[in-house]
Amino acid sequence: MKDVTIGQYYPVSSPIHRLDPRIKLLAVILYIVAIFFIQKFVGFALVAVFLLAAVFLSRVPLLKVLRSLRAVLFLVTFTMIISVLFYSSKTAEPLWAWGIIKIYKQGLINAARMGLRLILLVLGPSLLTLTTTPTALTDGLESLLKPLALIKLPIHELAIIMSIALRLIPTLMEETEKIMNAQKARCADFDTGNIFKRAKALIPVLIPLFVSSFRRADELADAMDSRCYRGAKGRTRMKRLKLHFRDFAASFVMLALFFVILVLRYNWFGWAFVAALI
Amino acid sequence: MIEVRNVKFVYNEGAEDEKEALHNVSFTVNDGEFVALVGHNGSGKSTLARLFNGLLAPSSGIVKVDGMDTSDKKALFDIRKTVGVVFQNPDNQMVASVIEDDVAFGPENLGLASEEISERVEWALKSVGMAEHRKGTPFRLSGGQKQRIAIAGVLAVKPKVMVLDESTAMLDPLGRDEVMNVITRLNREEKMTVIMITHFMEEAALADRIIVMRDGRVAAEGGKEIFRKRELIESAGLELPVAARIAAKLRERGLDIEGDVTLPGELIDALCP
Repeated sequence: MKDVTIGQYYPVSSPIHRLDPRIKLLAVILYIVAIFFIQKFVGFALVAVFLLAAVFLSRVPLLKVLRSLRAVLFLVTFTMIISVLFYSSKTAEPLWAWGIIKIYKQGLINAARMGLRLILLVLGPSLLTLTTTPTALTDGLESLLKPLALIKLPIHELAIIMSIALRLIPTLMEETEKIMNAQKARCADFDTGNIFKRAKALIPVLIPLFVSSFRRADELADAMDSRCYRGAKGRTRMKRLKLHFRDFAASFVMLALFFVILVLRYNWFGWAFVAALI
Repeated sequence: MIEVRNVKFVYNEGAEDEKEALHNVSFTVNDGEFVALVGHNGSGKSTLARLFNGLLAPSSGIVKVDGMDTSDKKALFDIRKTVGVVFQNPDNQMVASVIEDDVAFGPENLGLASEEISERVEWALKSVGMAEHRKGTPFRLSGGQKQRIAIAGVLAVKPKVMVLDESTAMLDPLGRDEVMNVITRLNREEKMTVIMITHFMEEAALADRIIVMRDGRVAAEGGKEIFRKRELIESAGLELPVAARIAAKLRERGLDIEGDVTLPGELIDALCP
């Protein structure tokens, strides 16, 4: 139950944990963009070193970060195999051929690039969720999107919907468990049979859950009204996000990394020779 | 403070399943008073809770809060600043996953400065004895603790009147005691007007005045002497508090017990002077 509430947040105190959620969100976005600019392996190495440094600073065990790869392991392997198998070239000699299956050196390189890219793409955001509570993320997102309120997008409403959803997840989980137990007490069977049978068995759980969610929503709305809620109108916040020195330092490091990657990619100022040296 | 005059309330008015929940109800609640509204299920007491702060508007008649008419949509914000309502299920009243954020919700809606909100949160949590849980999450707390957080959330708005709509009904005896202690203290020390809606007569016995509801009407109204009228209480589908019941039985058997005995302590004092 607890795991769902706080996402995969790893509660320790570290410089990364203390960073402003807005900076972390922006940094992750920049990080993702940077990964798509990388062509050479030295670029991947650079990002990997950067990520390792960030993990070290965050005091989250490396294994915990790597665990997030489990979810995409299949996707990564699958993409890599496909990209090796389907690479074909008219000029190059295949390294290995068996019937219609031909494997080229360039195909292997492409696959490695793709695999590295996917792995790095998953690790960055997972470090974000490991070091930031969902509440902080919601607040950060609301603050970042605030300018969109000018074009009449309901940013405050979206943020409050998100935070109420987060808040209700454990309550609804508890309720599901209760309903399931009540059905089990009347000999409902959720654990045997094929997938269709099991899905069907869940219907008597989902319907009461659905009904009670509406009742809950109604009561919550009454409680919010009673506590003077009028939407964003005239509302202030207790916790205001404030930027500290560490946030500027982190932004600088992230921008520097992005700049180096662009240099490597486009050979600005002819500096790409640096990469050749390494 | 709150004036209810000739109030009628009809659910689904005009529809086939229309149901009249209140017929011509009138009473007033004075400043600083502790009033208990008792009645069995369907007696209309929870409808009253929603009328006090304008969540519902009366079908006819008037509900006035501090001189403001709850049917006036423009006054609703000020009415809700004056009357806070704590509902039955603490899980359905919380908006945030961190306790201090939840308590801050009310004052944030008032548009207060960040420092003042923080002070109010601290004060409200202290008032309900939950200050050490400020940074925690409500999910691991007991029912009584959660309901105290909900009370703190209402307190932080600093209303003059606190309405508790069966706020102890889902709690175990220990949780009920926790909540009742907080409520009586707020009434005695902070001079807060309290309207307690309940069907536990032991809780009603703590109030200054008791209003008994039956089938959408006020069946009786008065101080503790009301517990002498056993038939009336029972006809409203309620039971006398245990101490009052014992006292009544003892009186029937010829023991002379003076005064209105409603609380266990009073019974002990009456029997062993």
